[in-house]
Amino acid sequence: MVSGLINANPILYEKKERRARSAPSVADEYAVEPIDQQEIFDHIRDIKDPEHPYSLEELKVITEDAIEVDDQHSYVRVTFTPTVEHCSMATIIGLCLRVKLMRSLPSRYKVDIKVAPGSHATEAAVNKQLNDKERVAAALENPNLVDMVDECLAPSFN
Amino acid sequence: MAEQSHLTQHIESFVDSSRTSTQLAASLDAVASLVKTDALTIESLVREMGMYLTTTDNIVRARGILLLAEVLKCIESKHLESATIHSLIGFFTDRLADWKALRGALVGCLALLKRTSSAGVVTGSDAKVAAQSYLQNLQVQSLGQHDRKLCFELLDCMLERYPKAVAELGDDLIYGICEAIDAEKDPECLMLTFHIIESLVQLFPDPSGPLASFAGDIFEILGCYFPIHFTHPKGENVDVQRDDLSRALMSAFSSTPLFEPFVIPLLLEKMSSSLQSSKVDSLKYLSNCSSKYGGDRMTKHARAIWSSLKDAILSSLQEPVFLSSSELTDGLDFQDNEIVTEALSLLEQLIMQNNDLLLSLIVGDEDVNMIFNSTTSYEEYNDISLQGKQKLHAIGRLLYITAKTSIASCNIVFGSLFSRLMDLLGFSMRNTSGDSLLIDDYVPSERLHFGGLYLAIEMLSGFRNLIAGSENLILQSLSEHEICCGMLCSFSTSLVKAFGSILATSSNNGPLDSDIYIGVAGLQIMATFPGDDFPVTKYIFENILVTFMSIITSEFNKLTLWKLALKALVRIGSFIDRFHQSERASSYCHIIVDNLVSVVSLDDSIMPLLVKLEALSAIGTSGMNYMMKIARGLEEAIFSNLSDVYVHGNLKSVEIVVQLLECYSCKVLPWIHEKGGAEEVVMQFAFNIWSQIENCLDFSVHVLEKGLLNATMKAIKFAVSSCSVENQNIIIQKAYSVLASNTSFQLNESMFISSSIELEGLQLSPKAYNLSQRDEWILSLFASVVIAVYPQTHIPNIRAILHLFLTTLLKGVVPAAKALGSMINKLVQKSNGAEVSNDCTLEEALNMIFDTKIWFDDNGILKRCGGLGNSSGVGLTDLCLGVANNRLLQVHAISGLAWIGKGLLLQGHQKLRDVTMIFLDCITSGRIRGALPLMQHFNGFFSTMVPILQSLIVRSDSSFSRSLLYRAFVHIMSETPLVVILGDAKKLIPILLDCLSMLTEDIPDRDLLYGLLLVLSGILTDKNGQEAVTENAHIIINCLMTLIVYPHNTLVRETAIQCLVAMSELPHVRIYPMRTQVLRAISKGLDDSRRAVRQEAVRCRQAWASIASRSLRC
Repeated sequence: MVSGLINANPILYEKKERRARSAPSVADEYAVEPIDQQEIFDHIRDIKDPEHPYSLEELKVITEDAIEVDDQHSYVRVTFTPTVEHCSMATIIGLCLRVKLMRSLPSRYKVDIKVAPGSHATEAAVNKQLNDKERVAAALENPNLVDMVDECLAPSFN
Repeated sequence: MAEQSHLTQHIESFVDSSRTSTQLAASLDAVASLVKTDALTIESLVREMGMYLTTTDNIVRARGILLLAEVLKCIESKHLESATIHSLIGFFTDRLADWKALRGALVGCLALLKRTSSAGVVTGSDAKVAAQSYLQNLQVQSLGQHDRKLCFELLDCMLERYPKAVAELGDDLIYGICEAIDAEKDPECLMLTFHIIESLVQLFPDPSGPLASFAGDIFEILGCYFPIHFTHPKGENVDVQRDDLSRALMSAFSSTPLFEPFVIPLLLEKMSSSLQSSKVDSLKYLSNCSSKYGGDRMTKHARAIWSSLKDAILSSLQEPVFLSSSELTDGLDFQDNEIVTEALSLLEQLIMQNNDLLLSLIVGDEDVNMIFNSTTSYEEYNDISLQGKQKLHAIGRLLYITAKTSIASCNIVFGSLFSRLMDLLGFSMRNTSGDSLLIDDYVPSERLHFGGLYLAIEMLSGFRNLIAGSENLILQSLSEHEICCGMLCSFSTSLVKAFGSILATSSNNGPLDSDIYIGVAGLQIMATFPGDDFPVTKYIFENILVTFMSIITSEFNKLTLWKLALKALVRIGSFIDRFHQSERASSYCHIIVDNLVSVVSLDDSIMPLLVKLEALSAIGTSGMNYMMKIARGLEEAIFSNLSDVYVHGNLKSVEIVVQLLECYSCKVLPWIHEKGGAEEVVMQFAFNIWSQIENCLDFSVHVLEKGLLNATMKAIKFAVSSCSVENQNIIIQKAYSVLASNTSFQLNESMFISSSIELEGLQLSPKAYNLSQRDEWILSLFASVVIAVYPQTHIPNIRAILHLFLTTLLKGVVPAAKALGSMINKLVQKSNGAEVSNDCTLEEALNMIFDTKIWFDDNGILKRCGGLGNSSGVGLTDLCLGVANNRLLQVHAISGLAWIGKGLLLQGHQKLRDVTMIFLDCITSGRIRGALPLMQHFNGFFSTMVPILQSLIVRSDSSFSRSLLYRAFVHIMSETPLVVILGDAKKLIPILLDCLSMLTEDIPDRDLLYGLLLVLSGILTDKNGQEAVTENAHIIINCLMTLIVYPHNTLVRETAIQCLVAMSELPHVRIYPMRTQVLRAISKGLDDSRRAVRQEAVRCRQAWASIASRSLRC
């Protein structure tokens, strides 16, 4: 572990206002509300940054626009932007995003997690690591990593 | 001897410092009870203790002396010989010098000095010696808190009990006390020290006595506590609070005028502090001290006090809040803070005390004069700067208080300031005699200045409150020679005209119109001077009423103005009522009440009826006389409109009469009932309604609509229920006679008992099912009388009435069913010798209800009804069960049964069980869904119903009847308070779960299912409920898991998942085995079609996943 913080002084952005959903019409009990961008964003916006007490939203690591979702084809892609190019926490953040979505979405979904192009020094390596099932499973066998992930996810469950 | 050795044991035990406090208390009790019961004299105790009291071992000696002292404390009321007391006090006085064993000596002295005369007391000379010893030997401030407290208690006790004896010590005493209390910091001790000072100064009242030279020194010690700065946090276990200390210090400050030269400068200095609490305290203390020190001593401080007082008010007054809640208060009243309140009460106090100097200061004050000069420069309130508004307000308040305090102060204010104000406003002196208002050529040529009128109102309201506050005393001695009266008389015409013209020109621009406020408040004050014709003339008074009245009748579009004017009128009315101004009362009646009443009956389309009624009912609240007039007016309007309805079938009148009745029963009747004493009118109203029906032989049938019926029934219920039993008897007799003579109902008592009678051919085809509308109308009104009467009221021909209700409820007359239920509730059970006003007991009535038989002819026409025990007819029970094979009839019968059941429920009668059984039979055998919701009538009977239902469910063989029983159960359950269910949770949960799984299968039950689920979640989230849940955790979870995919109601799925979250809190052992299953089930929730469900599912999944592992398998 590095002793100092990787990005000691991150820029903070304002949280987006929580949009209230228009109340589902009472008239139709059987209407379907598909999973959309905003819902995915609500799942992950409160994940805590591994090294700061701020949420990924506040650090603008993720934005609503960086989420692609296709409910019909059960596909979601989240593109995140690490705060600094050499951020070694990028993989942890990616892992958090993946775990959170795995726990929150129906099993039919395929989840892709990507680092935003040009935002990281070892972009390809990180992307590969995050989307390799075996490596993700192996990472989740590591109790230290799991603790870390759980800690980051905790605020997003409230 | 045995006692002897016991005693030694107890003493040994007490002096042993290793014993626990309970052991110590036990041995003390033992010794004390020996002495109390005379098994041991105090002398022999002392002899026995000898060694312990005198040994050189400090610890043992201290404990020994303490034991003796504590024993003395226990026997305070036991008589002791004076010689014994003498030697004991001598001993303890002596011991005060023994600092190593001081506690016992203090407790002993205190116990002895506190004794009451019947038990033998310490002599004065002994007390003096004790005091001397105290002063010589004790270094109070070097002792611990508890010992200090004892010292102060002892000192306090000496000063209270032996004032003469200790006073002889003179300077020594004063000096000693100063030394003892100097720099004390403990709150409990301080309470005592403040009281000691108070007692001390009373010993030496002489202004040239020994205290005089010490006053400065004492105050030096005392003064540093002001203002009390209290640092103990609130939660701490301290009995003394800041306020207690502050009060104690205040009475010490004001205890002697000798402190005056020191106190007042200190207080004035602290008043300029920026600390709020310090200001408030200073003002309170000043007020208290000035009343104690007297006017003479305070005179020399008047100037200084006035200037600090004015500063305090000026700096802490807020901007006045005009009309914040369209509230028009008495005079002008704003939210004042504590400083202002205290400052004004101090001002009042000072004005009372030394009139002239302070008044001249106020009148000559430069701020006051400046405000006066600047009023002319502002026209509108909004033109004034914030600072200016505050100043205006502050000066206004000052003048109000000054005018309000006494006639003399009022005269000065009016003489100098008011007259100047009138000049500034451009009013000139006018002759007061009579109707000058008409020929008056004064027309406010330009806009009037807000500030000036505002100040005028403040002064006037001060003057008004001065007269009104003192009952009649001042009023009688008032004459035109008083300056204030003269001024008021001279200018009242101009003032009223000015206020009126402001109102006339005011637009309704916004809700915060200061003009409206000024105008209304000004007129209201002018109209509320006591005295019929003086100081404000009757002519002017009536003029004000006319002004307001024209606003009420024509300006109802300007809502703020209208509401304020109405409020002002109500206030004026109640003022007249309170001061018994007979002439004014008649003017008020004439101008306001009579006019309004006539406006109501007037059929004009200008003023909406609702507005008229609002005004009318509000005005009525200002006095009983007015309300009675209004009630009579309303009645007239009601009756004339009713006859219009009855005779001509005028539909427009229906609308009017409904509104009139609504106003009468919701506003007028409750007010009259609350005030009491006007029952006659109410009774007459109910009576007249019946007379009118009686006289109207031909109803114009088609207009008798439900809205009017309901309104009339409501009014009758209100009216009857607020009458006494006697009047209710009169009303019900009248109602009965109308019912008997004007309808086709036959109420001959004999006929249905002896033989069956022919009713009017109750045809069971829906078409002919209706009663004549007029009959139903009268019957419903009669039912509402029956519902409203007291149990003691005599219902004439009660059997026939019961019978009538029974037959009519079968025709679907709901009020009849309600009235029957109400009768059942009010009847007396078993006439066991007690006086029964109705000659029918509950049992009799019930028999009649359930045994009455009904016959049908071949065409299904209800032929006859009556007779008991004949087997060929059918009873109510059979009808409920659907024997008659007529659905409508069955529904009516069941609904009637429900109301009867409710009556029984309120009585707590056993028969309810039978009714319940009938009900359940209906449910299991019949196909009457409509009966199910009626089950909620029985929720008060929850504990009885549940076992019955349970056993029925077990016994029922068909799945259909079982499902109906379950539904009945759910209906009862969802209407029962959660607390009741929680008490029985263990038993209920199995049925509840059965119900849940049963309801899951049926779409129409989705709302019922949701209700039941809410009950379950209520149980789950309660602490007691959780225990019951734990046992059945397995079944509940299984049940909830099936509900996760319940397709017909989103709320059900959501709540089921929430329940599962709650279940995850249960003990680990119970739920762990279910974990994998739950996680699998909840994954379906994650893919729900509704977002809300998905969100809950995520939470639930997290809750269940994390109960076992730190890592979450995905």
